[in-house]
Order: sequence, then C-alpha cells, then structure tokens
Amino acid sequence: MANEVVLLGYWPSQYGMRARIAVEEKGIPYEYKEEDAWNYDRSPLLLEMNPVHKKTPVLIHNGKPICESLIVIEYIDEVWNHKSPLLPSDPYDRAQARFWADFVHRKVYGAAKRIWTTKGEEREGGKKEFIECMKLLEQQLGEKPYFGGDNLGFVDVAFVPFYSWFQVYEKFGKFNMEAECPNIIAWAKRCLKKESVAKTLPDQHKVYDLAIWIRKKLGVE
Amino acid sequence: MASNQQVKLLGVKGSPFVARAEIALKLKGVQYEFIHESLSNKSDLLLKNNPVHKKVPVLLHNDKPVCESLVIVEYIDEAWTGSTILPSDPYHRAQARFWSKFVDDKVFPAVFKAATNPNEKEREQGGEELRESLKILENELKGKFFNGDSIGLVDIAALFIAFWLPIIQEAVGLDLYNSEKYPKLDKWGQEIMNHHVVKEVLPDRDPLLAFFKGRFRSNTPSK
Repeated sequence: MANEVVLLGYWPSQYGMRARIAVEEKGIPYEYKEEDAWNYDRSPLLLEMNPVHKKTPVLIHNGKPICESLIVIEYIDEVWNHKSPLLPSDPYDRAQARFWADFVHRKVYGAAKRIWTTKGEEREGGKKEFIECMKLLEQQLGEKPYFGGDNLGFVDVAFVPFYSWFQVYEKFGKFNMEAECPNIIAWAKRCLKKESVAKTLPDQHKVYDLAIWIRKKLGVE
Repeated sequence: MASNQQVKLLGVKGSPFVARAEIALKLKGVQYEFIHESLSNKSDLLLKNNPVHKKVPVLLHNDKPVCESLVIVEYIDEAWTGSTILPSDPYHRAQARFWSKFVDDKVFPAVFKAATNPNEKEREQGGEELRESLKILENELKGKFFNGDSIGLVDIAALFIAFWLPIIQEAVGLDLYNSEKYPKLDKWGQEIMNHHVVKEVLPDRDPLLAFFKGRFRSNTPSK
C-alpha cells in the first residue's frame, strides 16, 4: 500500500521541528510543505487539515490529518514501530516520558516566550522560571546521553528544537545558557550530531533575526 | 496480578482532574486507596511524589508516582488489562488525544476566564471562547459517547462540561452552556453522568456549588 506522508510546518516553530525530527528519525519518505505563520491567509490545505486550530504542524498520512506536535510524535512512533522507537515500551517509563514532554510543552515554552516577548518584571519572571526548568531537566537527564537513554526519545524530540531559540533567550534575557545549564548545552550538541536533528534545526542567528522582526511587529520595545 | 500491587490515588473529591483518574481505575476494576489531600496544607507524600507541580491527582503504583491526569489515564490503560480507554488504532488514538487536549487547552481556560476574570471585557471574551469550543465539540460528537458506544478518553476528559460546568454557571450566574444551544452535548452529559462507574465517582453537587460560590462570587458579572 502506498504510504503518502506530507508534513505542513513553519521553519522556526519548535512544534514543527518536533514532527520533522520524528519522521526523519524513522526514515519515512515525506513531502515537506512550508506554511508561513505570519501570512494570515492560511493555505487551503492547512485550513482543510486543521480546521480547529489552523496551525502547523500537521502530518497528513494517506490524506488523513494528525495535529498537535506531541500527538504527531506518538502517532509516528505507533505506526512506524519497526525502527528507532521514540517512546519506551514499559508503561511506567512511557508515563514519565509523557510527563516530561508535557512539562517542556507547557512550562518551558511559556517561560521562554515571556523572555523574548515581554519586558521588565514579566521578562525577569520568565527568565527565572526558564532557568529553573532547565535545571529540573538537567536533573532529569542525569548521566544519560539522552532523555531517552542511549538514543533519542520522546522528551529529546520534544525539547531539542528549543536549542535553535537559545540565542534569542540569551540575548533578550541577558544570561548565558552554558553558564547556567552546561549539561543541557552538551546534550543539545550531542543531539545535533544526529542527522534528523541537524537537518531540521534552523541556525540560531536566523531565528534571532526573526525574533527581532516579530518583536517589532508585536510592538514590544 | 492484583494481590501484590499497591495502588494509591492522592486527590481531592471535588476535582475534575482527580475524577478522571478514579474513573479510569474503576473501569479497569483496580483496587485502590484514595488519600484525601488538603490543597491548603499539602502533605509530604504529595510534595515528595509531585515535586514539579505539587498538584493532584498523583497515582502511586507500588510507590512509584505518575502525575498529570491524562498521563495517569493513559498509564492506567496500559498497565492494566480490561476495558480499553483509548482505541487500538493509531489514527483513532491520535484523535482521542487531540480532543482530550482540546478540552484542557480550550474549554477549561475559557470557563475560568468567563467565570472569574475581574475584567468584564475579559469575561465576555471568555464566554465567546467557550461558546466556540462547545460548538466545535457539539459538531464532533457523532454517537452516544465521543468514543462510540462506550466511554473513552475524550468522554472522561470532557466530563467537566457535563458535571462541573453547570455548577460553576449556577454559582456565578452564567448560562453559556445549556440544552437548547447544545442538545447533543446535553444528551451526552446525561448519558455519561448515568454511567455506573461515573456515578460512583462524581462528588455531591451541593457542597461543590457552595465551594464555587465562595471562591468565584466576588468576581461575578451579572448575566
């Protein structure tokens, strides 16, 4: 049976990067279509495939859409289960992986956003919370090479896209990631040696330039 | 399998999130001990087992903690055999996860915004957001339950709408959700609240109403 896979994404979006890393890890042939999130005229395909949220990423598998990045990763892992497992097989370990992916998704994203889209006290609050999250994640990683153990797992895929935004957080938050959480930087560089990650993550400078443009557009100065 | 397993659920009886975990345990026929927590005076057991969020529910399975209500429900589904809570097909599983997340990301925040935000414009916007979300769910509901003929993940997640939302509305004087505007959801609500397992878990209505009146009253808008 033909397996047609299309991925709708937006290049600087951490969410889209997650989905892309997952398909790449599994070696799935796919077509990538770029959707510009700042073009309010969403493409007809995106509107048809994600009418509820009108957002990327959307994985379209044989014409059927799957939305929400973490849900996409789990779907990919369940369907293409013959190689590169992203979730552990033990139910307890799976629950831990889901817990930490959710933590990255809600806590880390929220705190990080405040660093570069707000100012003053709110920004400082975001920065403090972000660094706390990083330290918790460092603890969780421990001595393992990846959150998934010996190989990339669910939490690695959920979290590593943030690496492309670290320069944004550092510059606007006025702190240094290497100084605050060296093990996270070491882990991220380890992930970047994987082709799926290297191919997907955009250059930090490119993301920083975009962040400046977005801030101007949002009137944050 | 059951005899050497120790299952505890840390929770409070009025919480819709704790109810999710309880329903899942009962659907699987798991024996468990419910440990009542005080949210204003959190126990060492809670703080030790959920140091990140310090919230209920926390499931302790042979002393190993699982946190976050939907993570707990999926864990229960995978760790014990018996009636399945998530579908077996990956595409339908993805849909079930999508709609449960929709309830958490869209419905809950809208309800609390509409009911409790001190700013009137914000409350109105919350109301609008809630109406939109409910309309989407109304359209999504095709059978007796979101899961078909038996209750599943989405039904368990959305129980908040059937039981808690009407109580909150009564407490603060809102009428955004009713049988006229959302007949399918209303019918689903009656069905799910009558489900033999759900009935066992739902808390008493009156104390919950009094609780919400006490907590939210100071922010109430008039209709």
